[in-house]
Amino acid sequence: MSTTDFAALVKDDRVHTALYKDSAIFDEEMERIFKNTWVWVGHESELPGPNTFKKSFVGNQPVIVTRDKAGEIRTLLNRCRHRAASVCEKKKGRQSVFVCPYHGWSYDIDGGLRKVPYADGYREGLDREEFGLTRLRTEVYQGMIFATFRDDIEPLVDHLGPARKWMDLFMKQGAGFGVKVLGEHRFRFPGNWKIQLENTTDAYHFPIVHKTFLDSLDAETENIFDVIGSGGWVEDLGHGHSVMVMIPDLIDLEDNLDAPIPERFAQLAEELHAEGHDEPMVRKIVRAVGGTGFNLNLFPNVACSMAFFRVLRPVSVDETEIQHVAIGMGDAASTPSPAGNRARLRLHEHFQGPMGFGTPDDAEGWERVQRGAQAGDDLWIMLNRGTDAPEGLAQPGHNAGDASSEVGMRAAYQQWKRMMTA
Amino acid sequence: MSIAFEEATRFIWAEADMLDRLDYKPWLALWTAEGTYTIPVDHDGQDFDNQLNVVHDNATMRAARIKRLTSGFSMSSAPPARTVRTVSRFVVTDEAADMIELRAAMVLVEYKYERTRVLAADLTCRLVREEGAIRLARKIVRLANCDDALHGIGYLL
Repeated sequence: MSTTDFAALVKDDRVHTALYKDSAIFDEEMERIFKNTWVWVGHESELPGPNTFKKSFVGNQPVIVTRDKAGEIRTLLNRCRHRAASVCEKKKGRQSVFVCPYHGWSYDIDGGLRKVPYADGYREGLDREEFGLTRLRTEVYQGMIFATFRDDIEPLVDHLGPARKWMDLFMKQGAGFGVKVLGEHRFRFPGNWKIQLENTTDAYHFPIVHKTFLDSLDAETENIFDVIGSGGWVEDLGHGHSVMVMIPDLIDLEDNLDAPIPERFAQLAEELHAEGHDEPMVRKIVRAVGGTGFNLNLFPNVACSMAFFRVLRPVSVDETEIQHVAIGMGDAASTPSPAGNRARLRLHEHFQGPMGFGTPDDAEGWERVQRGAQAGDDLWIMLNRGTDAPEGLAQPGHNAGDASSEVGMRAAYQQWKRMMTA
Repeated sequence: MSIAFEEATRFIWAEADMLDRLDYKPWLALWTAEGTYTIPVDHDGQDFDNQLNVVHDNATMRAARIKRLTSGFSMSSAPPARTVRTVSRFVVTDEAADMIELRAAMVLVEYKYERTRVLAADLTCRLVREEGAIRLARKIVRLANCDDALHGIGYLL
């Protein structure tokens, strides 16, 4: 047990630099945070049918997320109960049995121990009930799958609380067809996981770090991406969650469907008509194609960020892996608009990923934070930025600030403090 | 008229040299108007239009990318990591009049911030002759670790 006074490291307007660079704190975070809350492990569409699975992580522990024949979703530790070998090294797939490659113990998709070779070598016999793959409690909201090591914490829906409203709004970019994963970019940066967590509700950096992205847009889109000046806000949603609204007009994608289709989407609209969609549906798809006008940060490891899921995985105190999960319209069985999903893929590639017009500059910025944080023994990370949120937009009773305020970061670190001192 | 193997490798080596030297403007001129530059995420993927890629550029996106890399305002590319790449193990995979397609190996070493990294890839280069000059009609870079975690890459592959 650490004797660090975690409470003293987080003040209302700043956090101590040790939070980025002390490996003992990192180890405690894996225990006190990632083993004590709901952690995102996948999206339902990544398990497209009976006997499907994907690999994932809860904190630094490897897991397999599975869907059985009856459709039930489970999260299983990816470790044979005999002598610990991983039982699955495929990223995702379809199979009903996991066989440990070392001594051949096999497990059903629900984690139950199926067969043990040469079982008569156990004098007392083996209790199959005892040696199934370890199951973590798993719950789903809006297709997003979360798992936890804790059987006694509040249900997922309560943990999400007011964030659910924003998840509901986010999923409207499925244009009524549902949202499905189309692919993912993965990359690492040499820096602490909380540097990325902060970034998702940081509008302040956008015009600076992403100038070259903004310069690559047509004038109309560039204007839409004036994320600081467009009347948005940042709102504390409790439990460390927060939302940053950058483009208020794109909060509800089912509003303003009568507005004329912008010139830059004229060709897409033509393709959608050719696919057989009627005019109201074409408008709905076009309005949804760029995603929503907000970033929803769900503590500790996932964000619904405009048009994609952003997932972080702490690897070590100064190494973090990020997934930028591209999403489109449809479900496992159908793709209602290939043209619409193609447009979404190209928009995702434009900004995201290891060679996008945005991500490499974000990653370099985060690395620079980690490098700079090595200097100064008693300096603090300042999170005191903010003016009032525009009147009447945030939910009454919620702490809120202007679009480039650091309200979201303060909310996350207060949750960090609660969990680290619990 | 066919494109000789030697002409093709000379072109591909010159292209690799341009990229290492960040000589991006002439690099843009190497392409046909319809040329596509693709770095897939899925190692075996073929349907690039309908899947997620790291890069899937037409002429417009290539020009925008070069504008970004040369602007001086992208912190990951001002300056980018230094790179040294070799391209070899050429195999001719297709040939027709005024067209040759080769598969090759590329090994690239990058250096920035006291750190040296290696990237390895299979290249597919489709070259055509247009008005007497050889042009790049298609380039596919299949990184050995394309479906694993990469890092921010502030230069071109």
